[in-house]
Amino acid sequence: MKPALFAASVLSALLAGLAVPPAAAQEAATLKKLKESGSITLGHRESSIPFSYYDDRQQVIGYSHELMLKVVDALKAELKLAKLEVRLMPVTSANRISLVQNGTVDLECGSTTNNLERQRQVAFSTSIFVIGTRLMTRKDSGIRDFADLAGKNVVTTAGTTSERLIRKMNEDRQMKMNVISAKDHGESFLTLETGRAVAFMMDDALLFGEMAKARKPGDWVVVGTPQSKEAYGCMLRKDDPGFKKLVDAALAKAMTSGEAEKIYQKWFMSPIPPKGLNLNMPLSDDLKTLFKAPNDKAFD
Amino acid sequence: MYEFDWSSIPGALPLLGKGLLVTLEVTLTAIVVGIVWGTLLAVARLGANPLLAGLAAGYVNLFRSVPLVMVILWFYLIVPQLLKAVFGEGIADIRLTSALVAFALFEAAYYSEIIRAGIQSVPRGQVAAGLALGFTPAQTMRLIVLPQAFRNMVPLLLTQAIILFQDTSLVYVIGLSDFFGTAYKVGDRDGRLVELLLFAGAVYFAICFAASQVVRRLQSRGVQ
Amino acid sequence: MGYHWNWSVFLQPTAAGDGSYLGWLLTGLQWTVSLSLAAWLIALASGTLVGVLRTVPNRWLAGLATAWVELFRNIPLLVQLFIWYFVLPELLPQRLGDAYKQSDPLVQQFLAAMVCLGLFTSARVAEQVRAGIGSLPPGQKNAGLALGLTLPQTYRHVMLPMAFRLILPPLTSEFLNIFKNSAVATTIGLIELSRQAQQLVDYTAQPYEAFIAVTLLYVLINLTVMILMRRLEHRVRVPGFVGGGQ
Repeated sequence: MKPALFAASVLSALLAGLAVPPAAAQEAATLKKLKESGSITLGHRESSIPFSYYDDRQQVIGYSHELMLKVVDALKAELKLAKLEVRLMPVTSANRISLVQNGTVDLECGSTTNNLERQRQVAFSTSIFVIGTRLMTRKDSGIRDFADLAGKNVVTTAGTTSERLIRKMNEDRQMKMNVISAKDHGESFLTLETGRAVAFMMDDALLFGEMAKARKPGDWVVVGTPQSKEAYGCMLRKDDPGFKKLVDAALAKAMTSGEAEKIYQKWFMSPIPPKGLNLNMPLSDDLKTLFKAPNDKAFD
Repeated sequence: MYEFDWSSIPGALPLLGKGLLVTLEVTLTAIVVGIVWGTLLAVARLGANPLLAGLAAGYVNLFRSVPLVMVILWFYLIVPQLLKAVFGEGIADIRLTSALVAFALFEAAYYSEIIRAGIQSVPRGQVAAGLALGFTPAQTMRLIVLPQAFRNMVPLLLTQAIILFQDTSLVYVIGLSDFFGTAYKVGDRDGRLVELLLFAGAVYFAICFAASQVVRRLQSRGVQ
Repeated sequence: MGYHWNWSVFLQPTAAGDGSYLGWLLTGLQWTVSLSLAAWLIALASGTLVGVLRTVPNRWLAGLATAWVELFRNIPLLVQLFIWYFVLPELLPQRLGDAYKQSDPLVQQFLAAMVCLGLFTSARVAEQVRAGIGSLPPGQKNAGLALGLTLPQTYRHVMLPMAFRLILPPLTSEFLNIFKNSAVATTIGLIELSRQAQQLVDYTAQPYEAFIAVTLLYVLINLTVMILMRRLEHRVRVPGFVGGGQ
């Protein structure tokens, strides 16, 4: 019976698909793949202001994104490709690691912390930013530091280092906080803004970014002792030293040549979309050090 | 008391329209593929081959016992690999593709149950008559049983389509901007989530209510 | 090459320091089951009431019941859930709304999901109840009234008990649906099974183990409910009826 045969073949294809281990692509080096396909898939964020996000015309923009495009230019030159088609794929905090791991995304520059645990699953490029994890709260909330959060509702974004830190803190210090894990930074801020949480714990730069998006930016402050210092890096597949070397070299060149600082000024010291707000975050000492001596070290 | 402000909706209509197109794309693909694949499954289940019947039954029961949310998440996980295995590189929008595949395969399980009942509702004498006229079993199924079965099933298939149309909003879990996803994003962007959610609810209600009235009329007129 | 299977991941302590990942799964299972059961009670109670009202002679009551069914049937579950969770607290008087929003988020999530899922399902239950009552021979109602029972009494003691025995199979499938639909609560952050699946992926980067485990748990719930309901159906079957309802 023909239909039955078809059914069987589709079913078996399905089962085979399930059985095919993810990341068959790991075998072939990324560079070879780029050359053969003439395209690269870049992972970007949707609401990591000002690192990687959509402007009001749904174009991807931001500090990390611009650096990532610099890397693409360098790859194109290095591989002597006439054309390298860029495919953009939106990723979330929760799925970015598996998408890089399974070969769907070749390179992800957004707001991903380079830490030892993640290094077991993916590789990180030269760091591109340094942040501290802090709190955003309403100016009149009375929250000044993490200790004030005991017994209160706190929001953070699922799949981030902040989520782990705050849940760990809650367990260790028995603070009886209610930790809400939102799907993305936008939803976290919404939770804060609508009064469901008194504070939003996240990387300080991202908090300033969310503030820039708020209806009344003046209502909000970033407070608290940084709970961790973290370096952002671009993620790429593990065990592909050839590809990593080129990515690192391109980033290092941008940093030592002063290009990276110009990009920094554009995103952190000038008005940015969507509301034309200026984050006014002067270049930190940590970042200055990084720009002078680019490296891929995690802080933990 | 809350002060409503609907002003962000008119400007967002083009975006919302685009979202509605995504919703329709997912719905229609799932209807078409679901009915075709569902028919094959139903025929396999009622067929003489016990292996195929067992496989088809397993497929249908598995999909029917797992929440749609999980099915969508599953396919978002495996579709990139599947696509790579089947087509090689190069599908950029995995969210849409994952959603299309997930809904089509999921709906097929539900459609197959409706179709199986429809086939069983055709009197046995029809099959005997077909075979007596010298048709092969496959011809009998295709030319005699299925056309009658489908005529009996039209209202149920359409009702299922309305449910499916509503269920497509669940692509929210993988961040695809269908009609609902777009409404949510616009609401979040403009700080007018309350209004956008109510608007989305009203639009879904208008579409589904109208469609269900049409189905009811078909039903009472008796499409047979 | 490729994916590294690691089933022992469930026994590892969580990164948040609150037990093992297996513990997360079991918590998820608890929330899924308690949400579904609580919502089912609401669905059964309000669905029966609305289903009965659709068959009463009073036009206003019947119209109201019809509106109820159409409203909850024609808006996607997800949209209804977001309206309960995001919209309703905003429409409360500000002080009350703020106090509510600052309460334990788990309570807010559970309440919204329970009421939403319950009322959504009530529309479907109501349709079954109506069909069940409609399939009773008219003699039943007349006999009840002739015996001097009032109309409500006739419903309670004669028609509903019969109708329920007839519509048990379709009700079973609605009961199964409520477990599956409860997964929608993942979108507002309730830590039920499918949310735990996603959390496990976030924390362990072992997506296949997490998804397979959760899928099996759903299949298990489905089987358990099906077996229990079969038994019940067997016990209350009405002799002489092929199976009523629709």
